[in-house]
Amino acid sequence: MNDLKSNFVGIESPNPFWLASAPPTDKAYNVNRAFEAGWGGVVWKTLGEEGPPIVNVSGPRYEALHGKDRSVIGFNNIELITDRPLQLNLQEIAQVKKDWPDRALVVSLMVPCQEAAWKSILSQVEDTGADGLELNFGCPHGMSERGMGAAVGQVPDYVEMVTAWCKEYSRLPVIVKLTPNVTNIRQPARAAKKGGADAVSLINTINSVMSVDLDSLSINPTIDAMGTHGGYCGPAVKPIALHMVSDLGRDPDCEGLPISAIGGISNWRDAAEFLLLGAGNVQVCTAAMTHGFKIVDDMIDGLSRFMKEKGFASVSDLVGQAIPSLTDWQHLNLNYTVKAQIDQELCIKCGRCHIVCEDTSHQAIHARHNGERRYEVNEEECVGCNLCVTVCPVENCLTLRKLEDEVDVRTGQMVSTAEKQQWTRHPNNPMANADP
Amino acid sequence: MELITTAHNGPSGIAAERLHEAECQSNFCEMHTPLEENAARVEAERCYFCFDAPCTEACPTGIDIPGFIRMIANDNAVGAAGLILEENIMGGTCARACPVETLCEGVCVRNHGDDRPVTIGLLQRFAVDEAIQEGTEFFSRSEQTGKSIGVVGAGPAGLSCAHRLSVLGHDVVVYEARAKSGGLNEYGLAAYKMLDEFAQKEADFITALGGIEIVHDTILGRDVTLQELRTRHDAVFLGIGLGGGNMLGIPGEKAEGVTDAVAFIDGLRQADHLSAVPVGRRVVVIGGGMTAIDAAVQAKLLGAEEVTIAYRKGAEAMKASIVEQEFAKIRGVSLRYWAQPGAVIVEDGRAAGVEFHPSSDPDAGEKFVISADMVLKAIGQGSHLERAGSTHSFEVASGRLVVDDERRTSCSGIWAGGDCIAGGDDLTVSAVQDGKVAANSIHRALSL
Repeated sequence: MNDLKSNFVGIESPNPFWLASAPPTDKAYNVNRAFEAGWGGVVWKTLGEEGPPIVNVSGPRYEALHGKDRSVIGFNNIELITDRPLQLNLQEIAQVKKDWPDRALVVSLMVPCQEAAWKSILSQVEDTGADGLELNFGCPHGMSERGMGAAVGQVPDYVEMVTAWCKEYSRLPVIVKLTPNVTNIRQPARAAKKGGADAVSLINTINSVMSVDLDSLSINPTIDAMGTHGGYCGPAVKPIALHMVSDLGRDPDCEGLPISAIGGISNWRDAAEFLLLGAGNVQVCTAAMTHGFKIVDDMIDGLSRFMKEKGFASVSDLVGQAIPSLTDWQHLNLNYTVKAQIDQELCIKCGRCHIVCEDTSHQAIHARHNGERRYEVNEEECVGCNLCVTVCPVENCLTLRKLEDEVDVRTGQMVSTAEKQQWTRHPNNPMANADP
Repeated sequence: MELITTAHNGPSGIAAERLHEAECQSNFCEMHTPLEENAARVEAERCYFCFDAPCTEACPTGIDIPGFIRMIANDNAVGAAGLILEENIMGGTCARACPVETLCEGVCVRNHGDDRPVTIGLLQRFAVDEAIQEGTEFFSRSEQTGKSIGVVGAGPAGLSCAHRLSVLGHDVVVYEARAKSGGLNEYGLAAYKMLDEFAQKEADFITALGGIEIVHDTILGRDVTLQELRTRHDAVFLGIGLGGGNMLGIPGEKAEGVTDAVAFIDGLRQADHLSAVPVGRRVVVIGGGMTAIDAAVQAKLLGAEEVTIAYRKGAEAMKASIVEQEFAKIRGVSLRYWAQPGAVIVEDGRAAGVEFHPSSDPDAGEKFVISADMVLKAIGQGSHLERAGSTHSFEVASGRLVVDDERRTSCSGIWAGGDCIAGGDDLTVSAVQDGKVAANSIHRALSL
């Protein structure tokens, strides 16, 4: 097995899999179980300031978007930060850290935007022996109405200000957790960096209304016939998280700012993808909440085998390897040409490729051949859009064939593999310039 | 199903109560467990929603199968039932009785590779049963045309025809020989396919539309003549099915204990108590179709000790599919292929066995005997076209009426469908299609 040891902003853990700040990390009982299961670290569920504890709803606080087989595709919650007394949490954090010295224990925090409030809690956390801080600028429901969570994350100046306080009053590494409920994720990330953050973590949950009950005509989850928006997470949000993580990974202004990736990570493959797009480690919540802590076994084993197969000696070697493959549309090679091709041996003749192409795209797949039910690509119309490939139920039956030094029968143009053509220099682009 | 086997299966000969009634009831439970709501949705989601779906092409009534399955997947079972019943008013019976493995499910694209087909039959049943349970009204009658059509036979063909005609605004009188409606749905299908009086529920559902009067216990040629019907009605549809079972034409056939399989099933379907149905201790069923399978399995479930289906050719040639043959084998029925009956062995006037030889040439191969106190003949039924009388000279092929694409017979003003027409496949679903096609043709003819 490859060594999965991780060092994220100086915080060491036996593997890069942390549990995100969320219900699974709300108390010692759960965290002990997580560590027994093999998780590399946890971010303790967000602590608030001293005083009367937070009150949660006693109605349903979770709701899921299910696949037809009842698999959980998306998940939402309206739970607030910890509703347990601050001192109890601090005591447990200290004990857990003592019991599990080799695991990462980061504490998530959310207090009002007042310097004194932050100063007060920072010293108390530091006394527990915890390894780091995560600033919760992301929760989109409940706490944001009180001027905290996403309400802070959406204002770069506040992000910078609070980050700076934390750096000033604590010696611990500071990870700033960002909300995806912004138009451009680079702005709050740059502000965090400016404030001195050691890292950012993202994404927190996305504003969501899950569904409407078609009997009662009220939204789900329903609290006494009323509902409110929640925070969306789970496998469905992974592409959004991948975009935001990689967008920071390739932002020159964020260069050198480590990223702890969160968002729909359910298995080793998801984890590998985030690492390749610039994350230094990953945090998991929904997959654990829908399957239990045991899922970490597959994550450890799978990532380790993948690294061995690809020749990566350590987790840090993976980080950002796929970033160079990410660019802007205008730099894509417009000479690159593909055509759909159907493996007739594998084809089960469902005709889905035909009907989607016929109804909604380029009329490039014939349904009959000499009166027989047989699906064939008409290369004269095929633009290589990949729609047919995505709907084909048989793996590897429909694939894209790359044209190499041959005429594209659709355009009548020779496809040159040697010459690249991008929009910035394309003759049809009135703004084209000679610069690469 | 839970098959109860009791050590004592009673005396030799033909006897009732080989099993207790409770055992019979348990044996005759549902052939296929109906789908629960969630299972139906999950199964529906397996459908690929094919373009020009092969399943629809394979369905004699042309049901939009991907269309109705998608409705089930989206929690609209009643809408799904509407789509099914539009093409096949007996979608409920067909979901139970169709040999789906040779029709829709047989051509499901999921059969490719290691996959299994979508269980179309079970999904169809789920939708239709829910709609019938809820008493949903899918059809309304068009403006009355004032035309009247006489339909002979309240079986699948006749009821299908009557329903469509009523929808189109015509009045229909159905003349039925038996005391109940449904034809073979009521009298011919195996009991474990049609539990809970489904044939009657379906007939009631069909006639609830209105405009259909069914006159029972009325036999064509005895109680009413075809000539009278032609005078009384603007058009006539014959859905009279077939008559008595064919003869084997072998010595000993008249002996006590040699019975027609169709009549055996009929008696069983109409029995108040299954355990009261007499059955042999050793039963031989001669034939290779679905009737042979149904008769043999039911004999076994009634407590017969040994049941053998003897078929004159090999397994592949059998009209009953391999799936049906396996169904029988699993329930303890032996299948003996290459068994051409030569004679019924008779002792004291009663059947004691059947002598077979392995090929159609009685002198070739070694003869063998299978002991039996009950011999069920399932070798097809003869015509009872004589009921139509001699006034009309129909074009007939092998005792069945020749019809054109619109199910018109050679006699003007008379349409026909179901088992009584030539070229059919003796399936309920095809009979329903015949009735539907004929009704549309009658409507066109009367609208001229």
